Amino acid sequence: MLNRSKQKTKLTERSPEDRRKDFLEVNDGYTFTEAVSEADRCLQCRNAPCIQGCPVAIDIPGFIKAIQEKDLERSWEILYTTNQLPAICGRVCPQEKQCEERCTVGKIKDSEPVAIGRLERFTADWKRKAGFTPVTIEVTKPEKIAVVGSGPAGLTVASELAKNGYAVDLFEALHAPGGVLTYGIPEFRLPKEIVRAEIEGIRQLGVSLRTDLIVGKTIYFDEIRQKYRAVFLGIGAGAPKFMGVSGTNLNGIFSASEFLTRVNLMKAFRFPYADTPITIGKHVIVVGGGNVAMDAARSAMRLGAQTVTIVYRRTETELPARWEEYHHAIEEGIRFMWLSNPIAYLPGPDFRVTGARIQKMGLGDPDASGRRKPVPLPGVEETLDCDCVIEAIGQSAHRILSEGFKEVRLNRYGYIEVDPETLMTSVPGVFAGGDIVTGAATVIEAMGAGKTAAKGIMRYLTAIA
Amino acid sequence: MTPAIEPTQESVFTIREIAPKIFDMTIVSSTEEGSAALISKHAKAGQFVMIRGGEEAERIPLTIAQTEPEKRAVRLIFQVAGTSTHKLSLLKPGDPVLNLAGPLGKPSEIVEGKKVLVIGGGVGIAAILPIARELYHAGNEVTVVLGARTTALLILKDEFAQISHHLTLCTDDGSEGHKGFVTDAIKDLVAYRGVYDVGWAVGPTIMMKMCSEIAKQLDFPLWTSLNPIMVDGTGMCGGCRVLVGDEVFFACVDGPEFDGRLVDWDNLMLRQKQFKNEEADSYHHCRLEDQLNSR
Ligand SMILES: Cc1cc2nc3c(=O)[nH]c(=O)nc-3n(C[C@H](O)[C@H](O)[C@H](O)COP(=O)(O)OP(=O)(O)OC[C@H]3O[C@@H](n4cnc5c(N)ncnc54)[C@H](O)[C@@H]3O)c2cc1C
Ligand SMILES: Cc1cc2nc3c(=O)[nH]c(=O)nc-3n(C[C@H](O)[C@H](O)[C@H](O)COP(=O)(O)OP(=O)(O)OC[C@H]3O[C@@H](n4cnc5c(N)ncnc54)[C@H](O)[C@@H]3O)c2cc1C
Ligand code: SF4
Ligand code: SF4
Ligand code: FES
Repeated sequence: MLNRSKQKTKLTERSPEDRRKDFLEVNDGYTFTEAVSEADRCLQCRNAPCIQGCPVAIDIPGFIKAIQEKDLERSWEILYTTNQLPAICGRVCPQEKQCEERCTVGKIKDSEPVAIGRLERFTADWKRKAGFTPVTIEVTKPEKIAVVGSGPAGLTVASELAKNGYAVDLFEALHAPGGVLTYGIPEFRLPKEIVRAEIEGIRQLGVSLRTDLIVGKTIYFDEIRQKYRAVFLGIGAGAPKFMGVSGTNLNGIFSASEFLTRVNLMKAFRFPYADTPITIGKHVIVVGGGNVAMDAARSAMRLGAQTVTIVYRRTETELPARWEEYHHAIEEGIRFMWLSNPIAYLPGPDFRVTGARIQKMGLGDPDASGRRKPVPLPGVEETLDCDCVIEAIGQSAHRILSEGFKEVRLNRYGYIEVDPETLMTSVPGVFAGGDIVTGAATVIEAMGAGKTAAKGIMRYLTAIA
Repeated sequence: MTPAIEPTQESVFTIREIAPKIFDMTIVSSTEEGSAALISKHAKAGQFVMIRGGEEAERIPLTIAQTEPEKRAVRLIFQVAGTSTHKLSLLKPGDPVLNLAGPLGKPSEIVEGKKVLVIGGGVGIAAILPIARELYHAGNEVTVVLGARTTALLILKDEFAQISHHLTLCTDDGSEGHKGFVTDAIKDLVAYRGVYDVGWAVGPTIMMKMCSEIAKQLDFPLWTSLNPIMVDGTGMCGGCRVLVGDEVFFACVDGPEFDGRLVDWDNLMLRQKQFKNEEADSYHHCRLEDQLNSR
């Protein structure tokens, strides 16, 4: 029965006071009744514009219809044929800019789109709890393929190829697979148990996963190329950038990557039960305005900071972070300092940071991205006291790349150049996708690239066979 | 069939306390594809591994002291400094090693036919062993200076005797060799034999700093192996950043060796103390657990 409500079915969230004390999820997702009621808002449009907004083209009306009919098993089957990481995407996709942006219901005056992401999460969570039966796929093809990097791009290439009967070896430099899903996005947005479960599903397709193996170091790129008929590089853009202002090397100043890695991958939030420490100050400054800045700020709050202030060069209007994350941050007591940019960090007697000199900014003409450019207001400065600074101003290409894969042509930003259709690099048989091609993007775009690359690889292998 | 996440293929082959709190450990792989096997095939002098003894353990960097590809073996020599090294020291032959990744960092730039100086201090003596070995086999004239607090801590003397042309030993307390610091010995050597073409120094940060000052005065390049705190060891976190010639580098991918004459040593020493309080807590916590477990 069609649900004509203009608003998405409400999701009960934990109170900000509670959740800022722990790393549990903000909400538990839809209940069965809520999910069916939300599914009933979907009009089952014949042209399904929502599908065009999804980088992996999930049959969105299909999996939602199955929820309407209370056939969750079928809903899962539809989802899982195109998306191997649905519980992850349902949580972290910027749906408002993707599938949900195109949704017909959202085009109606004053109406919110169907909560596609939440429904995707619902079906995936149901299946994980109901028990996932592994699909066994025989290796039918003679060629072996190497996938380097186990982030969303690498995981997708590996599962697509395995489903098509190829033997795949997946290599990961760190001791745990998942890339940013594991070391970047915090537990309270994406529980690691879910990441592990979805990766386990991919391994069960027959993908062999090897951690602690740094391609270019533990095995040279040449050796990989000799041993495998095709190689996919999904190594991400993991190198942190620093603004480079004076005082950057003071103690108490971290890149968001280091801070989040210590907290997520090395579980510093359980210190001293886990051995890796993190010093979290009383007054924390986070520099930047993207999702990474929100994640760092909200993690710092959960680790016991008294105040957390996000310092951003532009204003709320230009904030690149997801609206939902921004609101969660505000609810949890994160402060925002707009039109502000640190120009120096101030040392204390013990070489710890004690404050930041902040340059106030104004907004000038729009830049290439269409956003108004921040310009310094001469002489307008202030000092903000702090004992910890986390810089979240972006990442660049992984450094081991330039040493280990010299043959692969890079563009002027240090990212890998590929043929947009096949994702093949300048080296025949070597493909690349995800953040290492596009620069920092999204999980689902990396997965979309993985699908395209898998097709490119299969076409290449058939052509040379 | 589902291939398992390759089960632990790395295990301790031998472990021996060669001096008070200094352990000499060999890790082997059960297969050709294991980490120790692959590392032993690819490692060059000056490189290190990241090792994690168990679940919840920190990843810590240790220099590769020796490799034996035929035996799929990697030799590490470490000093107990806190929780992680303490936990490693408790491993017994046959125990699995959870994670071993490498070889990381840039290899040393091994020269040929030169007059070179190799300085090792404390547990840094172990780290400099492969460099001295390579330099010796590359046909250099190798002078080695080793220093430690006292004779019991002066490790690997016999191994160095075989790969050096001149070997000078020093102890702070005079219990063996010259009484005094390695820096005094270097000044004497240079006065007697003339300046070196290039040198390497690995040891406590303060020793590397003092040696670099001498290298600056005498005007010869001195490679030092920087030991900032590391997390991933693959260039992904920036925690290991060091100031060299006023530029910021990541020691794990751009180093760990840098010309000591250009290094901002004070900055490095202050950054090494970043987690001093937490490390003390963790070590305390870990000793408590040990006591509980031993009851
Ligand atoms: C804090 C944070 C929050 C984010 N939040 C969101 C969000 O909410 N929604 C969203 O859609 N996107 C988000 N993103 C972006 C998203 O996570 C990335 O776009 C995506 O993970 C890119 O996937 P990838 O597969 O290209 O690379 P990565 O996820 O970076 O994975 C690359 C993997 O390759 C490994 N590797 C690198 N070099 C080698 C080598 N030589 N040998 C072996 N392995 C190697 C790395 O260790 C890593 O595990 C966030 C990013 C961060 C940092
Ligand atoms: C490239 C490199 C090679 C090294 N090789 C050797 C070696 O061959 N043998 C050896 O005995 N030691 C070596 N070290 C030092 C060794 O990594 C530290 O002693 C060890 O990490 C201490 O850990 P802990 O938990 O036992 O002590 P903690 O109590 O945690 O710390 C003691 C001191 O060790 C340093 N330290 C702590 N954590 C780290 C970390 N994650 N990374 C680096 N330093 C840290 C700090 O200065 C700290 O004050 C090397 C360090 C680097 C960077
Ligand atoms: S994967 Fe992401 S974009 Fe695609 S339908 Fe799901 S939430 Fe939308
Ligand atoms: S556009 Fe919206 S209403 Fe139409 S099928 Fe897709 S989700 Fe349903
Ligand atoms: S240890 Fe993380 S960048 Fe060097």
